[in-house]
Amino acid sequence: MAIGEATIDSMIDVLPLPIIIKETLKEDVMKVGVTKKEMEEIIERVMDGYNVSCVEPCEAVGVISAQSIGEPGTQMTMRTFHYAGVAEINVTLGLPRLIEIVDARKTPSTPMMTVALAKEYADDRDQARKVAWEIEATHIEHLADLTTDTANMQLIIDLNEKMLHQRGIDVMSVADKLGDGLGVSASISDSVPDQIIVVPNKSSYRELLQIAKKIHTITLKGIDGIKRVVVRKEEDEYTLYTEGSELKAVLDVDGIDPTRIYTNNIGEIYEVFGIEAARNSIIKEAMDTLNEQGLTVDVRHIMLVSDIMTCDGEVKQIGRHGISGEKASVFARAAFEVTVNHLLDAGMRGEIDELNGVTENIIVGQPIKLGTGDVHLIARNPLDN
Amino acid sequence: MSNFSLLDNELIPNHEILGEDEMRSVLKQYNIGKEQLPKLKVSDPIAKEIGAIVGDVVKITRNSYTAGESLYYRYVIE
Repeated sequence: MAIGEATIDSMIDVLPLPIIIKETLKEDVMKVGVTKKEMEEIIERVMDGYNVSCVEPCEAVGVISAQSIGEPGTQMTMRTFHYAGVAEINVTLGLPRLIEIVDARKTPSTPMMTVALAKEYADDRDQARKVAWEIEATHIEHLADLTTDTANMQLIIDLNEKMLHQRGIDVMSVADKLGDGLGVSASISDSVPDQIIVVPNKSSYRELLQIAKKIHTITLKGIDGIKRVVVRKEEDEYTLYTEGSELKAVLDVDGIDPTRIYTNNIGEIYEVFGIEAARNSIIKEAMDTLNEQGLTVDVRHIMLVSDIMTCDGEVKQIGRHGISGEKASVFARAAFEVTVNHLLDAGMRGEIDELNGVTENIIVGQPIKLGTGDVHLIARNPLDN
Repeated sequence: MSNFSLLDNELIPNHEILGEDEMRSVLKQYNIGKEQLPKLKVSDPIAKEIGAIVGDVVKITRNSYTAGESLYYRYVIE
């Protein structure tokens, strides 16, 4: 006779298994319906299978991860640029991106954000576009034609009314921003509509040309550093994709959904969302990069790498200035990079190598503490009782 | 966005400060001292959000790809 849900629950709950396995087990058992005796046997077999698939103590998981990521890594493209499928925004992919991730670069070569919108903005294209203009940095060349009037030593800006309206800016605020940014007088023309006249402080030709150059760097609206925003419909809501990443500033914009905002800049995620979010994004970015190339690497290897990178509370790179460079052993550090410098420094400081790790024991030719090498047999004398 | 808690973000797993008893049982389970746990900086945005101070142990309930849910502990340092 099949047993009920309550009995199954009570039998499964006590098992030392991960939640995902428990849930699958329960689901499958409920579907077929089993007797108590069958259930006991199923549990026994599941536990056996689980124990077999666990990593054994003293297993060199790091080396296995290194191989498992390294081998498919040899097949990755060296080509840097690609269209990532998302709204013609260029994103670094392949090997260069993977190197960027494990090196924990402060800023990636192609920062990009995915910004989900709040409910009332996500369904309406115009509303979504409005939020996009709040984020995208607007410069003068987006709005106007510039004429350098050398005869009267002034800069004439003819604003395009349509563009002003589209981006939600008025002539006054443009004039104010330009005046503040350049430190010169920018006044609205009395005779021609939508025209701003910028007059340099000193009436010199050089000054005028400098202003004409500098005017392009002033952000009139939006967030400095976000070059472009693309609105796209994903499933049934509008989502923004940005070229350039300014997580902190974008979080303050009205209309975005702060719980579903993402950037490929891991350094920024660490600063704004903390170490655990940074760990998650390292996993996500590395997996996406590998999968995009059609390589399947088990997520456990990536998880190990990201755990090591984040275990000290900050994102450390794998390499000379991070994990490998901070090893306690002199030999282990010397074996990685810049051998002579490490040995020289260690000699001057009188460092002592305790020979606890793997690398240093291989160097001196001793058994390493891995696998069977980490197990010590102690014989008990039967006479001692 | 004043009513937004960092912990609501989908990238950030749940963090909570461990009580004294629970902390002791965790340390006993792994047979280690507090300072042998992975670290969390007190300046970390989430540490500030939950009000953790140096010396606390923070329990993190991660959404794991492989286990569904996994527990992780971090020791709060300067």
